[in-house]
Amino acid sequence: MKGITKSFYGIRANDEVNFEVRPGEIHTLLGENGAGKSTLMNILCGLYTPERGTIKINGEKCFFKSPKDAINAGIGMLHQHFMLVPVMTVWENVALGDKELPQVLPKNKVIEQIKELSDVYGLSVNPLAPVWQLSVGEQQRVAIVKLLYRRAKVLILDEPTAVLTPQEARHLFRVIKKMAEEGHGIVFISHKLDEVLEISDRITVLRKGRNVGTVAKEEASKEKLAEMMIGKRVAFAIDKPIQNPGKEVLNVKNIKVLGDRGRLKVNGISFSLRQREILGIAGVSGNGQEELAEALTGLRKPISGKVFVDGDDVTTGNPRDFMKRRVSYIPADRKGTGLIANMNLRENIALRKYWKSEYTRFGFFINWERIAGHTGKLVERFSVANPSLSYPVRLLSGGNMQKLMLARELSDNPRVIVAVQPTWGLDIGATHYVREVLVSQKEKGSGILLITDDLEEILALSDRIAVIHGGEIVGIVDNPDKVTEEELGLMMAGTKLEKYPVYDLKEDELE
Amino acid sequence: MEVLISILAAAVRSGTPILYATLGEILTERAGVLNLGLEGLMLMGALSGFWVAYSTSSVTFALVAAFLVGAAIALIHAFLCVHLGANQVVSGLAITMCGTGASSLLGRGLVGETIKGIGVLPIPVLSKIPIIGPVLFNHDPLVYLSYVLVIGMSWFLYSTKAGLNLRAVGEAPGAVDAVGLDPVKLRYLYTVIGGGLAAIGGAYLSLVYTKMWGEHMTAGRGWIAVALVIFAIWHPARAALGAYLFGGVGALQLRMQAAGTSIPAPLLLMLPYLLTILVLLGISIKKGKGILLGAPSALGVPYQREERT
Repeated sequence: MKGITKSFYGIRANDEVNFEVRPGEIHTLLGENGAGKSTLMNILCGLYTPERGTIKINGEKCFFKSPKDAINAGIGMLHQHFMLVPVMTVWENVALGDKELPQVLPKNKVIEQIKELSDVYGLSVNPLAPVWQLSVGEQQRVAIVKLLYRRAKVLILDEPTAVLTPQEARHLFRVIKKMAEEGHGIVFISHKLDEVLEISDRITVLRKGRNVGTVAKEEASKEKLAEMMIGKRVAFAIDKPIQNPGKEVLNVKNIKVLGDRGRLKVNGISFSLRQREILGIAGVSGNGQEELAEALTGLRKPISGKVFVDGDDVTTGNPRDFMKRRVSYIPADRKGTGLIANMNLRENIALRKYWKSEYTRFGFFINWERIAGHTGKLVERFSVANPSLSYPVRLLSGGNMQKLMLARELSDNPRVIVAVQPTWGLDIGATHYVREVLVSQKEKGSGILLITDDLEEILALSDRIAVIHGGEIVGIVDNPDKVTEEELGLMMAGTKLEKYPVYDLKEDELE
Repeated sequence: MEVLISILAAAVRSGTPILYATLGEILTERAGVLNLGLEGLMLMGALSGFWVAYSTSSVTFALVAAFLVGAAIALIHAFLCVHLGANQVVSGLAITMCGTGASSLLGRGLVGETIKGIGVLPIPVLSKIPIIGPVLFNHDPLVYLSYVLVIGMSWFLYSTKAGLNLRAVGEAPGAVDAVGLDPVKLRYLYTVIGGGLAAIGGAYLSLVYTKMWGEHMTAGRGWIAVALVIFAIWHPARAALGAYLFGGVGALQLRMQAAGTSIPAPLLLMLPYLLTILVLLGISIKKGKGILLGAPSALGVPYQREERT
């Protein structure tokens, strides 16, 4: 790929980018979120068309109008969202789009081929299982089998380890190496330095849509790659002040919560959160974290168990009951649940305030002047870059959106903060800022529940870590400095470790 | 017994127009496009079928004409919703409004005229089987064609490559795009075929059922078909069951009126619609419990490739 350029809404996602991969090689594309990795690969697999630049395959110039052309050229992409059809079975998903199959589907032939591929590459899948019943790791294997079935010569793996436990990731690495041995060219996309050094033959770094350079594995080190990726040396460490937790602010007793499809997603979770404490909930996403967060903010009613805030039973409360007890919520879904994308900064700040008497006139009309004054102060304090307070929030960058949400949620000095993936998709600068704000809020006396699948974040911020799997707490780590990633990984996969017991609640406490 | 058989046979006959429209809408919705214009499509089908039959005396031409008119109107819907990503509900409602108005306007000269239409053609041997024979095999050819369609569509959806593609495009157009198929083409195709089938349903009314043309002669059958798609959970076989059920209620209601019951006629006329509400209620309750989620996941959601959120 030479001189690839592509813009979205006037922002250059790719600017004169060059990239190549050879057969049998694992070539990593490294860069921060928003560096343009996914855009480049979506161009290579035909989903986006570049404004400028050329793609050559085996020396022949190609022009991909649609994914069909890319597939015919032997390019297969493992997307972050696997692009599978959940209601269909594994074999149907694999067969989908295969032009060589006869009109009447030869089910057994397809199943046989799937089994063959599974054996060769060590990708165990059940061809007859419906995809929605599979775990994320299994779905990923299905997606890979699908690419191999379509005889892809170049495989693009877009952050494949983001959704896996460390053990699953290791298994995936074996599969990737096997695929390279068989002569496939592998493009591995990641921003995790450790795994990049482990698996790559060569590494190309992108920053802000431009090439920074390509290095062979032997010449690369973690520090060097980090510098290439970020551009300047940044201190990552966040001071974790010595904990001296105060009184209990949140107490959860054996709650069970149903998910959207009526399945039990939180299956009896108990814990207690104190002032000046960050409790991290670690786990692979989809193990009940979202439902837990919603149950602790009034968005979802538990079917059993109790939730206490400052000693008050709020189990059946609605979101406003939680707000009135100063429980703040920073949802993962920034533009859906957290902010209203089409409304402006003032209106979004008003969402948490408008019913309070000091922000109304005659108890009925909203006092916009006061809201604007309040917004202005918050925007300054949290340095939210914005052209005006009446600017629609959807046009802000992800980092500024998150700052605005923090500003709103932290403005009344909350007792409890439920933060879900608070730095997801943010660049390093914004990530650092968000983490610092959370830590300083902790020092001011809030109890913070940090729910994220980013292990690095959990380890950097938490005073205690609870590992969640299948809707249950598998273990609680009281001293995060002592735990290894290995141990956390095992627990994230559902293994209970004796070292990290779950607090047992006595029967009478449950009543 | 005689009465029961005649009611069941009538159920099949009056269920058939609804069945065609329902099958058409199943195809359309399976591809991820919601077409609420069934009522308008049926009316335009009824009118164009009657018109051609009246002027050419050929029912074959009449059916072809009805299908083409329905397909052409659905093409407009596809252009708006698939190509331009317009709101599918609004476009569908507009088709119903326009179809109702246009058919009344264009059909003014035909009111009161009659045609020979399509007659009964009992199937030899099969129609002699007791009970089943008179109920299922003593009808006009369009009824038999609908049997073929129901069985054929069930097989098509679950056993063929094209059926797999169709189901996938309604569930995850992004996945379809990623494997090199064109979601836009597929959605166009099935929206157009679905529209044609709905128009055949309308033509059944004017060519077989009444053999004349009347304003608003579909009398809400298009809306019942929309509801029936949900009742059928997007499956052709259940669509047949549902269509005959509603046809049966309609037939029963006519007979009860003829027998001079003291129940007021408007109440009886409401019966099919009340049943629609009850069925929807039942399904929604089940759905609330997470028991069945039959709707194609991408139903009503326009697909645009380079969209970034």
